[in-house]
Amino acid sequence: MRNTTELSSHRLLKSNKNRKDSELKGNIIVKSSAIIIITLTIALTVFLSIKGLQSFIKNGINPWDFITGTNWNPTSETPSFGSFNFIFGSFAVTMLSALIAAPLGIGGAIFMTQIAPKWGNKLLRPVIELLVGIPSVVYGFIGLSVLVPFIRNHVGGLGFSLLSGTIVLAIMILPTVTSISTDALNALPKNLREGAYALGATRWQTIKKVLIPAALPSLLTAIVLGMARAFGEALAVQMVIGNVSDFPNSITDTAATLTTIITLNIGHTTYGSIENNTLWSLGLILLVMSFIFILIIRFLSSRRKI
Amino acid sequence: MTITITDTNQSVSNPTEDQRVVDKEYILHVENLNIYYGENWAVHNVQMEIEKNAVTALIGPSGCGKSTFLRSINRMNDIIPNARAEGEILYDGINILRDDIDVVALRKEIGMVFQKPNPFPKSIYENLTHALKFAGIRNKGKLDQIVEESLRKAALWDEVKDRLHQSALALSGGQQQRLCIARTIALKPSVLLLDEPSSALDPISNAKIEELILQLKKDYSIIIVTHNMHQASRVSDKTAFFLNGDLVEYDRTSKIFTKPSEKKTEQYISGQFG
Amino acid sequence: MNRKIADRIATITFVGLSMIIVAILLYLFAYIIMNGFSKISWDFLTSPSSNILAGSGIRDQLFNSFYILILTLIISVPLGVLGGIYMAQYAKPGKLTNFIRSCIEMLSSLPSIVIGMFGLLVFVNTTGWGYTIFGGALTIAIFNIPVMVRTCEDAIRSVPRELKEASLALGITQWHTVKTVLLPSAFPGILTGVILSAGRIFGEAAALLYTAGLSTPRLDYTNWNPFADNSPLNIFRPAETLAVHIWSINTQGLIPDVTEKAAGASAVLVISVLIFNLLARWIGSMYYKKMTATK
Repeated sequence: MRNTTELSSHRLLKSNKNRKDSELKGNIIVKSSAIIIITLTIALTVFLSIKGLQSFIKNGINPWDFITGTNWNPTSETPSFGSFNFIFGSFAVTMLSALIAAPLGIGGAIFMTQIAPKWGNKLLRPVIELLVGIPSVVYGFIGLSVLVPFIRNHVGGLGFSLLSGTIVLAIMILPTVTSISTDALNALPKNLREGAYALGATRWQTIKKVLIPAALPSLLTAIVLGMARAFGEALAVQMVIGNVSDFPNSITDTAATLTTIITLNIGHTTYGSIENNTLWSLGLILLVMSFIFILIIRFLSSRRKI
Repeated sequence: MTITITDTNQSVSNPTEDQRVVDKEYILHVENLNIYYGENWAVHNVQMEIEKNAVTALIGPSGCGKSTFLRSINRMNDIIPNARAEGEILYDGINILRDDIDVVALRKEIGMVFQKPNPFPKSIYENLTHALKFAGIRNKGKLDQIVEESLRKAALWDEVKDRLHQSALALSGGQQQRLCIARTIALKPSVLLLDEPSSALDPISNAKIEELILQLKKDYSIIIVTHNMHQASRVSDKTAFFLNGDLVEYDRTSKIFTKPSEKKTEQYISGQFG
Repeated sequence: MNRKIADRIATITFVGLSMIIVAILLYLFAYIIMNGFSKISWDFLTSPSSNILAGSGIRDQLFNSFYILILTLIISVPLGVLGGIYMAQYAKPGKLTNFIRSCIEMLSSLPSIVIGMFGLLVFVNTTGWGYTIFGGALTIAIFNIPVMVRTCEDAIRSVPRELKEASLALGITQWHTVKTVLLPSAFPGILTGVILSAGRIFGEAAALLYTAGLSTPRLDYTNWNPFADNSPLNIFRPAETLAVHIWSINTQGLIPDVTEKAAGASAVLVISVLIFNLLARWIGSMYYKKMTATK
């Protein structure tokens, strides 16, 4: 069929320059995107680290005092930069909100996958996935206009409080925790549950003794992802927490977190001043914590494969 | 082992040196072919000649290396990350396992049809012209002519001539497979590799494909991998029996199915394992 | 029958927990609908905002949000598609690919305030641009590119391997196969991902506060010269988006009708995100129907 009068070595050895060029061009184009991603990641880490270390290197603030000091007073004549209260605030709202969202989210996931899967898949799931997409300022706004007055009138204090921040964050991370937990439980092999039922276990025994242990790494991932989101959230918390640098005396007292202090002040302080530099140092703490969360999630997902 | 594929640094300056004089009766000469997937030695020292304008069937149980062997003939194994072939496959006097072979040009001359019909999610017409356009044929009249010619050869023209511009996915499985054959022969290859082409089809479509294969061997050298012993005996001139990576027996089909020389072949053909 | 009772209690507990979730969801939606919908009017959407007076609108913020969204997509979609092709077709398993995966994971999961600080450092201070739409779009693109890479990689990987083999076996180069076979087949998946990410971009605020800024110059919508200071199309002007606006009027605004305006703006934001989500779902199910229908 084919006209094979031309020598096979002419036809079949690499020579077609145009085609090779287009292959090469394609290769370079797609690689450029990968290079951009690597560059961005490294640039982000390096730039934020250098900027964040300025206050220790250039302004001579003692890093230990910076982390453990409880007095934040950057504008007084003898300014002091102790950020412990903000670090505490960040951890407090993160832990407390996870404490609320975890049982709710995992409980909801169990309901959706084990008790009423029809309901869960058709109705609850799409709505919860939709909630993941609601912008955080909307949560903050509803917190500000509903939750803050409610707490002021019925619980006590100003309303702007650690408690408000916690509740807003808990509601914000609830969809994330629920939907990932649901995926985790759905991903379990079917015979696991059927095996337990066949042995005469009740539903609760099956859930407690078989399903939760089997899905544990994934459920923990869901909680940690939620915590990471809570730790890094800025605006929603900032709108309801009060932003006072004093150590909160109770859960209804005003407080501040790393993100809220950065959000409030980074635009108002002079670029390059000590006060401004310390805000970048707070940002560096935030970056380091984000790394730690990512590492924990990695560790958990490596456990999941076993 | 005469030449390995890594031994290809000789220059291309004198083309006649690369081309060796070979027996015209055969289209492919396979010499000491070994194929590995990483550590796994999948095809062992295969030595065989493939006849021109004949149908050669490759049979054997799953995992015996017959598909791996087939895929190495048009270098489809290149897309499997750690697959590697050593030895020679001489085609038109040139070892196609060499590193400097232009696989794109090679695959136009050695076409392949897969087990599962895999038409592009485009129209019937575009399925045929996709590769032709890439090969540089832009003239509408010429394209139309090749489309009709190829579909006729694949015995599909009468069934689809009124709906060339409808989606190929709307065709039945058997029609899709014949379309895949049509789009391969549109490139005017000299060898057709068929990897269990009718195992996913119903008996009627299967019969049509077999009829087609017998038609096509006038123009092409065909190598077909099949699980179906009856198919091999019906369509092929020669049959090769593979087992655990070894080429156990290779002979005229009539001989293999009546008086095989090897005990293993006889056992496989009579259905004692497989 | 102790364990039966335990089972009962557990079931009731789970139903209860779910009820709480449902109640929260219903309340959130009800709040936004009851308080927000009534505030949305043609006038609200088309009149400019004010920092001190009541009865203002969100015209400029709405425009800014869409403008930044479009710019971000123009920057991040092509890069994301290329990255997705690379990860799905070209990257060989190994240390480099794992490293790129870690980078993608990190950039897409960092808090947006951290990304915003990087944007402030690079696109506002280092370049000397000040607060600009372009700086804002670049900043958001930093976390949207990795999201797009992941979406596109998944979409390309979900194209059946048979199609790729068919194309290669017909003597077509890998790059041409990617362009003419893989990308068209992966298109619906990519589009769904783009629309979903658009929802996130549209609602983003923390990364924009100090990159695109908290103010908008007086805009003249008849001025189409993209280099003029008062042109809405100028990408080197500051721009307050809708999400940032909700935050700023609540925390620093002086207008007397804050709650009303914020409720209206929130409703617009939530409706937009809803539309993006439903659109993505709809395209996904259309595609599913098309792919499963053999006739």
